[in-house]
Amino acid sequence: MWHIIITSLPAMLTAMIQYTIPLAVVSFIFGLILAVLTALIKFIEPSENKLIKYPWLVLRAIANFYVWLFRSTPLLVQLFIIFFGLPSAGIQLSPFIAAVIGFSLNTGAYASETIRSALLSVPQDQWDAAFTLNFTTRQTLTKIVLPQAVRIALPPLSNSFIGLVKDTSLASSITILEMFQVSQQITAKNFEPLLMYSLAAFLYAVICSLLTLLQHYLERRTSKYVKGSEA
Amino acid sequence: MISVKNIIKKYGSKEVLKNLSVDFPDGKTTVILGPSGSGKSTLLRSLDLLVRPESGTLSFGDLKLDYAQPVSKKLSFDVRKKTSMVFQNWNLFPNLTVLQNITTAPETVLGKSKEETEAKAKKLLSQVGLAEYADRYPSQLSGGQQQRISICRALAMDPEYILLDEPTSALDPELENQVLLILEDLSKMGQAMIIVTHNMEFARSVADKIVFVEDGDILFDGTPDQFFNHSTTRIKDFLSGITFNDDAK
Ligand SMILES: Nc1ncnc2c1ncn2[C@@H]1O[C@H](COP(=O)(O)OP(=O)(O)O)[C@@H](O)[C@H]1O
Ligand SMILES: [Mg+2]
Repeated sequence: MWHIIITSLPAMLTAMIQYTIPLAVVSFIFGLILAVLTALIKFIEPSENKLIKYPWLVLRAIANFYVWLFRSTPLLVQLFIIFFGLPSAGIQLSPFIAAVIGFSLNTGAYASETIRSALLSVPQDQWDAAFTLNFTTRQTLTKIVLPQAVRIALPPLSNSFIGLVKDTSLASSITILEMFQVSQQITAKNFEPLLMYSLAAFLYAVICSLLTLLQHYLERRTSKYVKGSEA
Repeated sequence: MISVKNIIKKYGSKEVLKNLSVDFPDGKTTVILGPSGSGKSTLLRSLDLLVRPESGTLSFGDLKLDYAQPVSKKLSFDVRKKTSMVFQNWNLFPNLTVLQNITTAPETVLGKSKEETEAKAKKLLSQVGLAEYADRYPSQLSGGQQQRISICRALAMDPEYILLDEPTSALDPELENQVLLILEDLSKMGQAMIIVTHNMEFARSVADKIVFVEDGDILFDGTPDQFFNHSTTRIKDFLSGITFNDDAK
């Protein structure tokens, strides 16, 4: 048994470092940027100025459509459309790019709702206090509201990230040689499905556990002002 | 002087301020009294544009504002620059330290240097007896301490008027006193204040002027002496109601 593990481990780890981790990290970063933009478009009320108001409402309609679309269809189907479907429309993407686009758009849709609800959970009182001190909306967001929202959004966003790491296994179905795909290929040769898939499961668990530790560290950092936390 | 004329504020079909007019003199302490739900907070928040009445005017020194018209960013900035609000639940920023709570606005909004704002914040903190708490977070302090800090936060903006909405209603009596003493000092120093309170003893000792609001209108506008000693039946009822409640405790 150990022999099989030791001989297949290098290929598995290579796949993890080459595809699984980069896919997850890059997609999460893009997803998060998209999520913040989408959340702000939905959250901020445009000023009465017509030149700002109407474009903003159009943007908001697009944001609503985007979130609806990606939350109400399966991730695997989204990946298939992007990778196998778009070429029929003349858009040919490499598997990696297709996967990053799919994962980013999917993560962005879910995370935008997390961020929006975190923004909404900061009480109106905080806005009143900032406005009476003459903060602008932007200053209130950056100095007061976002720092409080980050703390609230951190646990659910960590969940999204951990979910994303595991979902990268779906990229195997669009021909990416990520860790799960490699474990399948090795199994095809050594006929040890229980061992190989358990090994893959174990390696996913290792990454996710490390991420959980990172989450706890960040939670402590961002919660130092909360009652009862020792800092 | 701040003077509001003919303000009408509605929530839905309910008129909360009914064509109300009143003046708040410079350098004086005006106390707003009245039963709860009468519109005191709405009136106070209208002065700082946290609430937008449907109609009426605000004149504030050389600033003139018509509530029925769109208010430019500049005008809104200028009005808020002359006022600072202290809230019933103090509304400190929990993510900032005590010192940052006081320095962030003058730094961000008025563009003052960090050295200047910090020196001033420390001075204010020692005036309210909280110098050693500068680096704590609000959640680590008592309600009375937090309210004293929120007064420092308001003062750090050098407002002409401080608007206080029931600043001690959420505090236990011992903590309440620390805050009231600070407000009495400010009043004596000639800081203009408009205070909504239910504490009659405090109102009597600190007020230069009393405004009594009921049901969205002004029922009395005059000196504390007139109010407490020579007023109408309705106000006597209000005062005895309060006294009765105090006795019942
Ligand atoms: N945001 C709001 N929406 C609807 N009604 C409100 C709102 N704020 C205040 N009111 C109503 O307006 C009236 C006056 O409120 P308020 O000014 O807070 O009174 P006070 O401060 O004297 O207790 C009350 O009847 C209250 O219910
Ligand atoms: Mg009130």
